[in-house]
Amino acid sequence: MKPSAFRYHRPGSIAEAVDVLADVGPDQGRVLAGGQSLVPSMAFRLAAPSTLVDINRIEELGHLSVQDGSLVIGACVRHAAFHRSVVDGVPGPFLTRVARHIGHYPIRQRGTFCGSLAQADPASEWCLVAVALGASVTAASKRGTRRIEATDLIVGAMTTTLAEDELLTEACLPLPAPETRLGFAEFSRRAGDFALAMVLASYRVVDGRIAGACVAVGGAEDRPRRIAAAEMALDGNPPGAETFAAAGGAAAEALDPMEDAQTSVAYRRDLVRTLTSRALERAAA
Amino acid sequence: MSARVNLTLNINERDYAVSVEPRHTLADVIRDQCGLTGTHLGCEHGVCGSCTILLDGEPVRACLIFAVQCDGQEIRTVEGLSEGNELHPLQASFRDNHALQCGYCTPGFLMLAAGILERNPSISDEDLRDVLSSNICRCTGYANIVKAVRAAVAEMGRR
Repeated sequence: MKPSAFRYHRPGSIAEAVDVLADVGPDQGRVLAGGQSLVPSMAFRLAAPSTLVDINRIEELGHLSVQDGSLVIGACVRHAAFHRSVVDGVPGPFLTRVARHIGHYPIRQRGTFCGSLAQADPASEWCLVAVALGASVTAASKRGTRRIEATDLIVGAMTTTLAEDELLTEACLPLPAPETRLGFAEFSRRAGDFALAMVLASYRVVDGRIAGACVAVGGAEDRPRRIAAAEMALDGNPPGAETFAAAGGAAAEALDPMEDAQTSVAYRRDLVRTLTSRALERAAA
Repeated sequence: MSARVNLTLNINERDYAVSVEPRHTLADVIRDQCGLTGTHLGCEHGVCGSCTILLDGEPVRACLIFAVQCDGQEIRTVEGLSEGNELHPLQASFRDNHALQCGYCTPGFLMLAAGILERNPSISDEDLRDVLSSNICRCTGYANIVKAVRAAVAEMGRR
């Protein structure tokens, strides 16, 4: 349970960090942010990076602000930053509720929003939020910077399209319109455990009918995604138990769930069916 | 092997000059080099919470941070709770409420509770239970830990 040896760099700026990454990235170097996923995998020696580039002291990565209707989250912003409402209106308390599902309190003091996106764990709450709300990230390297949509970033379990020499410097989360309703529901076997499934639902109500519905499922497949069939079951219909149940059924059917010794495909489908209804009910409340 | 790094850790308001490999966790260095063996290691991969310490006032898992990251930060361990022979209210409350049996997880629970109560003394019962779910205790069944922390709140407020 001891990590294998590695070299350690602690750059003081983004420019310095991407310089180091250009060098060590192609040679099994890794970025160290919160370390709450990376360090356990190093303890098990599932990961054995040659070099860690510790970005925790880079002050320019600590920003968290609203710019042009989006929440901009620097790479060193911890989950715990969301324990309090970070923006006015519905999204602030909503993000607080989501954050409380991430690991446990001490884990949230260290782990970071952007680190979760770069890790791309299928059970990551922030990956689901990013995909559902249409977030993008900025990746910096010595070659320049580029913007990547969350749906293009997360391509599989623990797999992203970040290059070895790139540093994910910030995420940009478009804030839903003020009248948007948001709901989240997750199931895990124990408090703080990885989600077996989770659903984020959002919609507006126009003239008594649902419009602009979004139903996104995480934890059930190898990456979070929006379920078009469930959204179609909502749009144009009045909000209520019947509509929500139809959306739940559509989501369960559209999935291709992961399976393991404790969790069958049928069980995950059932979870998604129920969690979709719950998320929609919470959004309505 | 990677070269050793010399650094100073500030633990319980005292400086410790240590020489570490980057791969050494803060928990191991606190125990093996600083001799502060009150911090316990259970799982060594961030699940059990036995190694919880305060880093700049916030409870964190010391097995998931490398010591080389921590120079210039304020570290507090269970040894820093009591004042001489006088137990910290949390320690006294754990004893009075039978909040421990074997005691292995106790330093982690004490630091977790100290961190959250210093930050939020008026924490709700629901939030307190949520925070205390962070750590694992295989003896008590948790009820007495919740009771002890709740009882300590009043005493801490008097100090």
